[in-house]
Amino acid sequence: MLAELGQVTLVLALLLALLLAILPLWGSYNNNQQLQLLSRPLSYGVLGFIGLAFVLLTSAFISQDFSLQYVAQNSNSLLPVHYRISAVWGGHEGSLLLWCLVLAFWIAAVARFSNALPLQFLARVSAVLGMVAAAFLLFVLFTSNPFGRLLPMPVDGADLNPLLQDPGLIIHPPILYMGYVGMAVPFAFAIAALLGGRMETTWVRWCRPWTLSAWAFLTGGIALGSWWAYYELGWGGWWFWDPVENASFMPWLIGTALVHSLAVTEKRKVFQNWTLLLAITAFSLSLLGTFLVRSGALTSVHAFASDPTRGIFVLAMLGFFCGGALTLFALRAHTLKPESAIGLYSRETMLLLNNVFFAAATGMVLLGTLYPLLADALDLGKISVGPPYFGLLFTLLMVPVVLLIPLGPMTRWRQGDWSEIKAQARNMALAAAGLLLLLGLLLNPGGVRGWFGVAAGAWLMVGSGWYLLQHVRRQIGGLRRWQIGMAMAHFGVGVFVIGVSMVESGQIQKDLRMQVGDTATVGQHDYHFIASRNVQGPNYLAARGVFEVSRSGSDDIIAVMQPEKRRYAAGGSIMTDAAIDPGLTRDLYVALGEPLDDANPAQIWSVRIYTKPFVRWIWGGAILIVLGALLAASDRRYRKESVSVEQLARGRSAGATSSA
Amino acid sequence: MLKRLLPVMVFLALCVLLFAGLRMADDKDLIPSPLINKPAPAYNLPRLDADGMLGHADMLGQAYLLNVWASWCPGCRVEHEQITRIADSGVLPVIGLNYKDAEADAQRWLNHFGNPYSAIIVDLNGKTGIDFGVYGAPETFLIDADGVVRYKQVGILDQRTWETEMLPLIQSLPDQRQPQPAL
Repeated sequence: MLAELGQVTLVLALLLALLLAILPLWGSYNNNQQLQLLSRPLSYGVLGFIGLAFVLLTSAFISQDFSLQYVAQNSNSLLPVHYRISAVWGGHEGSLLLWCLVLAFWIAAVARFSNALPLQFLARVSAVLGMVAAAFLLFVLFTSNPFGRLLPMPVDGADLNPLLQDPGLIIHPPILYMGYVGMAVPFAFAIAALLGGRMETTWVRWCRPWTLSAWAFLTGGIALGSWWAYYELGWGGWWFWDPVENASFMPWLIGTALVHSLAVTEKRKVFQNWTLLLAITAFSLSLLGTFLVRSGALTSVHAFASDPTRGIFVLAMLGFFCGGALTLFALRAHTLKPESAIGLYSRETMLLLNNVFFAAATGMVLLGTLYPLLADALDLGKISVGPPYFGLLFTLLMVPVVLLIPLGPMTRWRQGDWSEIKAQARNMALAAAGLLLLLGLLLNPGGVRGWFGVAAGAWLMVGSGWYLLQHVRRQIGGLRRWQIGMAMAHFGVGVFVIGVSMVESGQIQKDLRMQVGDTATVGQHDYHFIASRNVQGPNYLAARGVFEVSRSGSDDIIAVMQPEKRRYAAGGSIMTDAAIDPGLTRDLYVALGEPLDDANPAQIWSVRIYTKPFVRWIWGGAILIVLGALLAASDRRYRKESVSVEQLARGRSAGATSSA
Repeated sequence: MLKRLLPVMVFLALCVLLFAGLRMADDKDLIPSPLINKPAPAYNLPRLDADGMLGHADMLGQAYLLNVWASWCPGCRVEHEQITRIADSGVLPVIGLNYKDAEADAQRWLNHFGNPYSAIIVDLNGKTGIDFGVYGAPETFLIDADGVVRYKQVGILDQRTWETEMLPLIQSLPDQRQPQPAL
């Protein structure tokens, strides 16, 4: 009966979401304070009921209730408990419920932590979020009900896809959705601002911490996905330009542009229309991603069972939210204040350039992702765009960004001085050259690409340190959180760039035929294949190789690596579980291929051995970016009590030289 | 006003495209390809696994699967297990069409995951892929003894599709001769 209860709680959540979408908005136009005040309890109510539905579905998984179709498709009696919990979001229906739950968290958080917002504005923000929640709950109830029963009840379930039976996959979707769905918050702020008509830029200040946190989660979610692909797909790559990766990458790119353009709009009141457009686009791209993943229009390793009705539904949502928002934008944008002029060598220009490059990169990825559809629709023949297109163009677009990152925060608002920028840049370049020399000696990058990457990384790291030094000297009362956060994030980009270029230029990959007892030398390490044995896992049988690794010319064993080849009991699918010995300066990676001798299958294997220099820096950089963004989002200036417009205006002209 | 309407108009164009994409996704299920029950496009391509060429004409007289794959395609890596199972079952030969791939990468992929194919042909610039209407890897075509396309699978071929769709179709083919010694 619990499943039926889950069904009922979802319907109740939908009703509350509809009330949230209507009542506070109605109140905001009639000046009815009672109705506007309803936005808070209604928000909590939506969270409560969706949360309850989620708990009920989870309990069905834990108690192995195979009479639920969704449980039967995504679980199995042999599945360990922690994977039974993550299996809740292992398929389309449950992951959509998770999506709704995350949205409800954001809605409740906005309601709880927005005391500084004028009531009318909060009412409108909550109403827009209520509309989004209602749309997604309708989607769940009408096309993707996770509580559907299966008659007759099967004896056992079909099992969770083995690719998803992995710790990385337990946390990847929730974190990614926090970012993906979180883009609904700046969207709601932008719509509320447009509805308000009388456009002030105060909404931008309120919007910034939310946007930053959502963006931080999105960054973390994408990095986790890439980490998972690295060790679980058994292929050693960390980014594939797969349509579904692109689906999450596009909102990230636009989100990156948005967090920067919000800074300009808050500080200098320029680019207001542009910022609104970015906020609308970021969420629209989240919806577009949902469409791409769940409609079956594009094929991908991530694709859920495709169902065109779902596609139509998401397309309708996209039409309603994005189409409606852009129409509202066309109608209302002219009420914005006229833009003031910006100087050529100003921080505004720098941030504008950031926006141009990130918007162009988004357009490039969008075009590449949709190109197969476009070519097909226009009868240009059926073509798919491979990684070479993305890799080349993306690198080209990001080179100027990397060059400009350290200069941006150095440049003054309004009107900078070219000779001053030049002097600063020269000093930073000298310092970066020094660091490059040092890093070059330490890291020993192989090849031109490696050196360029390390140079770019040194430039970014020096730029972040330089910025902090300048401000420590200039400022009384120490650095602010947002300043440390920004420097940390930009430093993280440097770490990331070094990681990418080192691994791309210096990785060694060998595919070998190895018999038990053989020793292979790859890079600076010897791999001694000492044994091969069969192992029984909870729901799989595995062949496990045991390799002792030592530095060439030394007998000290630095790692024992045990790659596995697993056959899962239900469904019989085979998974490669690579063994990875992680390190700050290199990862060693051993994976078992195929048994090569049929007569003696356990003895002779094809073995793949990789040395991946500095691959951890890719995710290390991402972690720094996430922490930096969260630190900036937690800055005190966003937590001030309600600030009047006049105060803000005064503060703006006074602090115009120092802050972003 | 016109300038501000631009975003809406771009968005509407995008919606039309997405809707068309959805219709085509529908078609992928209903009428998988305009090639169904038509002769497969002629091809003659160099082999990856041996010297020489392999063409359309060499394959006449036996039914076979043509599996489009590439080392850059994560879906192919997922599908590899199923393709191996089909090839091992000996129901019919599986020909690999290595699609827009670097030879070294393709060889490494095969060494690592194993080579299930009876033969592999190389479509470096994707021209044969265009003739076949390939959306993207992986895709699998069932071609009968007369060289006629009988079935097309877009995306990963799973055990269920193999058992419920393709296998009955293969068994119903009128004149499935034994594989020729050429392979």
